[in-house]
Amino acid sequence: MNSIEKSPIPATPPRVIVREAAAPRPRWQVWLIRPEVVTLLLLVIAAIVATRLSPFFADLGFILESSTYYIEFAIVALVLTIVIISGEIDLSPAAQMALSACLFGTAFKAGAPIPVAMGVSLLSGLVMGAFNGVLVTVLRLPSIIVTIGTLILYRGLAQVLAGDKSISGFPSWFVGIDYRMVGIVPVPVLIFIAASILLGLFLGITIYGRQIYQIGTSEIAAIHAGIRVRRIKMGLFIASGLVSSIAGLMVASRLGSVRYDLATGGELTMVLIVMLGGTYIFGGRGSILGTFLAAWLLVIIATGMTVANIAINAQLTVMGLLLIVSIIATNAIYARSQR
Amino acid sequence: MTGSAPLVSARGISKSFGGVEVLRNVDLDLMPGEVHALLGENGAGKSTFAKILAGVHRPTRGTIELGGKPVEIQSPIAAQRLGITLIHQEPISFPDLSVAENLVIGQVGGKPLGRVRWAELAKEARRLMSLLNVPIDVTVPMRGLSIADQQMVEIARALASDSRLIIMDEPTAALTPKEVETLFTIVRRLREEGRTIIFISHRLEEVRAICDRVTIFRDGDKIETATTASLTDADIIRRMIGRPVADYLHRGTSHVGDVALSVRALTLPGRFENISFDIRKGEIVGLGGLVGAGRTDVARAIFGVAPATSGVIEIDGKPVTIKEPTDAIGLGIALVSEDRAIAGIFRSLSVETNITAAVPKRIAPKGIIRRTVEKALAKESVEKLSIRLASVRQPIGELSGGNQQKAILARWLLAEPDILILDEPTRGIDIGVKAEFYDMIGELAAGGRAILLISSELPELLALSDRILVMSEGKLTADIPRAEASQETIMHAAVPRSGRHTVSGAAA
Ligand SMILES: Nc1ncnc2c1ncn2[C@@H]1O[C@H](COP(=O)(O)OP(=O)(O)OP(=O)(O)O)[C@@H](O)[C@H]1O
Ligand SMILES: [Mg+2]
Repeated sequence: MNSIEKSPIPATPPRVIVREAAAPRPRWQVWLIRPEVVTLLLLVIAAIVATRLSPFFADLGFILESSTYYIEFAIVALVLTIVIISGEIDLSPAAQMALSACLFGTAFKAGAPIPVAMGVSLLSGLVMGAFNGVLVTVLRLPSIIVTIGTLILYRGLAQVLAGDKSISGFPSWFVGIDYRMVGIVPVPVLIFIAASILLGLFLGITIYGRQIYQIGTSEIAAIHAGIRVRRIKMGLFIASGLVSSIAGLMVASRLGSVRYDLATGGELTMVLIVMLGGTYIFGGRGSILGTFLAAWLLVIIATGMTVANIAINAQLTVMGLLLIVSIIATNAIYARSQR
Repeated sequence: MTGSAPLVSARGISKSFGGVEVLRNVDLDLMPGEVHALLGENGAGKSTFAKILAGVHRPTRGTIELGGKPVEIQSPIAAQRLGITLIHQEPISFPDLSVAENLVIGQVGGKPLGRVRWAELAKEARRLMSLLNVPIDVTVPMRGLSIADQQMVEIARALASDSRLIIMDEPTAALTPKEVETLFTIVRRLREEGRTIIFISHRLEEVRAICDRVTIFRDGDKIETATTASLTDADIIRRMIGRPVADYLHRGTSHVGDVALSVRALTLPGRFENISFDIRKGEIVGLGGLVGAGRTDVARAIFGVAPATSGVIEIDGKPVTIKEPTDAIGLGIALVSEDRAIAGIFRSLSVETNITAAVPKRIAPKGIIRRTVEKALAKESVEKLSIRLASVRQPIGELSGGNQQKAILARWLLAEPDILILDEPTRGIDIGVKAEFYDMIGELAAGGRAILLISSELPELLALSDRILVMSEGKLTADIPRAEASQETIMHAAVPRSGRHTVSGAAA
């Protein structure tokens, strides 16, 4: 009761300027409860289990070679991570990959040289992304609905354009990007690593990255702080379209042909990677590092299951479970640090 | 009071966040039928103590007895069951649900799968709101309500719950004297019914008007509990802050220059109409009025959050178009919004990030954030406004309400605006810092900035303003020069002529 004695009122109190409140958690603790750490842990476990399963896994070269299918989605997932951090979502990239690749194929068949056809494809990515962006930022429609709509639309257009047949016959210099190596690293993996570093820096140290986190945390507060919310979101959707068309070209090169059903279901893989990486589905939190790690986690699990001869249905079940577990873990961690 | 047993007796309550104690060994008895004030600086631990009683936080140590029996208050729902209701400092509601729905959310006793009778729900909601004498349409979503109206809805929700202990955490921070009076009438009635009320406020005159006893906190320690009458204001302030507060002296209006902001016939149907006024450089213009008079709407229109549909805004004599806040900021306008929880802070981001959010050019002149510059700016602001925190990298949501408000003020002071619009800028700020803040505003004006001050606190309006505009029902009703301004002249112009004021009444 006698707290007066314990804290006497000084007659001429010193002017304390910064008074301490609750101390922040020690650095290492802050780091430990980040969701990326969960991803890293899972990655290590998966690697150990996989090595037990098959001696191939001790071979880095094998993992890198078998990664190229997932790496295409992972590259798009990097941009998707940023879109999700900003509080939106884009479910149309896989369809954009298909449509832009079909445009590439059609242009090539119509006689355009490869560089021109590639230009057409990249341009179409920009346009498709911009279309999503306009629907979301100008008409203010929810991005989940908009991009489900355009997912169907873009895929449908691809089918109208290319029919049910595949287009092939590309020159040999264009085909087989996944067999081009720099050392033991296939070119797509190199692109993924470079893109991860660039986008990680973009998100981590530029003012736009900062503002994207702010928008995702509270869009209303961001608007009041004078952040150009609509412009930034528009930019993100366009970036998503562009990277999708790049990924579409990579698929075209790897397969040596394009068809309207290219990358079917890829949007789910992309969302899975982003979620596994600990990005918060409601925006405002997440990182490129997480997505980067999650991509490798997925590569190892998927390849591991294939090597272990696990049926494709069972593989899907495992992926679904992974998605749910990662969302639960991410939510729990963020709810904890919120308190 | 003596003789009867306490309703609540808390013993040795301590609370730590991340290893640091923010409450130390607090003993407190609350009697049935008393109104008990908790006083203390920003971050002293008032809200934390309130949240412990309401089951939001668990104490690290200590026991609580309710009606003589020891209780463990595990959760807000458990608190409700025990008859304890907390009106939060930041109204937390479901912005997309209607007022009526918000009123009944969280009420104990509802059947999860029971049918919702909308008509009854609305009727009950209307009854509750009419108790408070606030004409709020219960069918509109919470989103559109002003902070004061949201506060009233929170209060109504607490009244509906029939609790033994009602904790009001700064319920009056955004209310004008008229609403405060209504609230006090209700509080007195609750007291007569034998309920216990904890009342947290930074306005001493309110504490004097309504509270039987006060408990003063400082830095997490309970300094003293005493009857209100036994302490003078100076006693209270000394125990709270440990030093006397300087009186704010008005600087006078000698330095007034050219017109900086000129507003002509600004109209937003349903909110305000035909608003015209000028603010000169170096002038502090007050904007008074009752809750719902449309003051905030005018501020939001000038800042481009919800632009007016007609009318002209001129800056330095040139007409400008402001479609969104970015435009306004580009023209040198800043708005400290009244709704810090939604329109102000980025809750989960660091204090540092929050403070520098409006000055991207300063922290990242070439697009890359300069950590050292950012940190220096943030630290400087923290010192200037004595923001109490552990580290500038702490999430701002962990700061006390008043300290969050200071961080938002700091954000806009950093932006060095030419025209500063302050909407209830001192909401939740303690007496000590308020005086310093008034000084800062005075200095800004002396430096040639134009300031529009919206405040429901008449003493604040009177102390700072060179001129006071008054709004009522969406219209400007008075422009009172400093010499003639008084609480009476302001209230006279603020009270609606038509006898009714509603949020959307101005449309008619
Ligand atoms: N969740 C939290 N995590 C860490 N620290 C916290 C948390 N909640 C409160 N604190 C700290 O506890 C201290 C007391 O905060 P509290 O909200 O009780 O202050 P208050 O007296 O209500 O102040 P105000 O007048 O500003 O509302 C502050 O220093 C604050 O930073
Ligand atoms: Mg508080």
